[in-house]
Amino acid sequence: MIIAEQKPFEEIKRSIAPAHKVLVVGCGTCVTVCFAGGAREAAILAASLRMAFKLNGDPKEITEVTVQRQCEWEYLDAVAEQVGKAEVVLSLGCGVGVQAIAERFPRTWVVPGLNTSFLGMPAEQGVWVERCAACGDCILGLTAGICPIARCSKSLLNGPCGGSQDGHCEVNADIPCGWQLIYDRLKALGKVEMLYEIRPPKNWRASRDGGPRKIVRPDLRLIEEE
Amino acid sequence: MNGDYQILAFCCQYCAYAAADLAGGLRLQYPPQVKIIQIPCTGKMDVLYALQAFEEGADAVMVAGCLPGDCHFLEGNYNAVRRVERVKHILQAIGLQPERIKMFHISSSMASRFVSAVEEMCSIVKELGPNPLRIDPKVVSEEKGDESE
Ligand code: SF4
Ligand code: SF4
Repeated sequence: MIIAEQKPFEEIKRSIAPAHKVLVVGCGTCVTVCFAGGAREAAILAASLRMAFKLNGDPKEITEVTVQRQCEWEYLDAVAEQVGKAEVVLSLGCGVGVQAIAERFPRTWVVPGLNTSFLGMPAEQGVWVERCAACGDCILGLTAGICPIARCSKSLLNGPCGGSQDGHCEVNADIPCGWQLIYDRLKALGKVEMLYEIRPPKNWRASRDGGPRKIVRPDLRLIEEE
Repeated sequence: MNGDYQILAFCCQYCAYAAADLAGGLRLQYPPQVKIIQIPCTGKMDVLYALQAFEEGADAVMVAGCLPGDCHFLEGNYNAVRRVERVKHILQAIGLQPERIKMFHISSSMASRFVSAVEEMCSIVKELGPNPLRIDPKVVSEEKGDESE
């Protein structure tokens, strides 16, 4: 899922300061699960902002609403009326959610309340870790299900580098060396010889090369939208 | 400041709430400004409850749970400690004194400890003054302006 964290309170305050009517829009999917932008966080942030501005002698009308998914038109349409009444929308969705609001409501000023951080998972309660960099050409089948793009600090395809020390990455001893993890798992599974195979270069054209990416599935298209 | 202030006490039903009950049974006197809210465990304590209390004008919030290690739900009181910490950070960020919320550990037999906890919160409120959110915002900003001069 997409992992995000809330921006510093002061930054959020500054971004909505000029407006009087503010709508905080939470998202009920990824950012709810990582406790950054779900219904509860939206309510906590809205209450905090109301109090902060009131204490500054500048009380604002700050309300909140949470949609199931901020990155789908259908869910956004359900709150169109509330969005229309707001001078600024403070989105607690990921960067996709913020942009979906901007695109769906051309007259609405929208600002982000979150920093969208990475694609990852909760490793323990309250701890989230990066697992995928959305490179567009997945090679997990060659690396024992451990991603060298996201989990090797240098995104090496032929690791480990010379800095790998006792399983730790040279960039930071708190980071497990991604390539050590790959090697250990291949070894445990009796497949370490896979590393000896010479492979063609990875297809980076599926990654950030060539601008924004797009997937079209003709079988799923609606006739009238074609 | 006169006696016109309000303290909300979120009390776990197994310990602090029973302690408050016992304090009543023992005819121990404690300040009437405290309003007790019974919760099934301090693990039920939500950051939002505290924020709503302050937004509605409460001068202080106390959260009272079982002694460390004694939670009926194992670690609800430890979770509450963290949430109270988070509320303190939020209060700091919005410009209210973090001392306005405090966590206590009070077993069901500690009636006098409950009384002293309430008294402690009262003296904190007396020192800090009323919750400025209860006052006209314009007055607050003028007061702030005066302070900075
Ligand atoms: S190889 Fe690419 S697609 Fe696969 S997990 Fe790593 S970054 Fe994600
Ligand atoms: S030490 Fe390991 S994880 Fe770190 S950069 Fe080198 S190969 Fe990658």
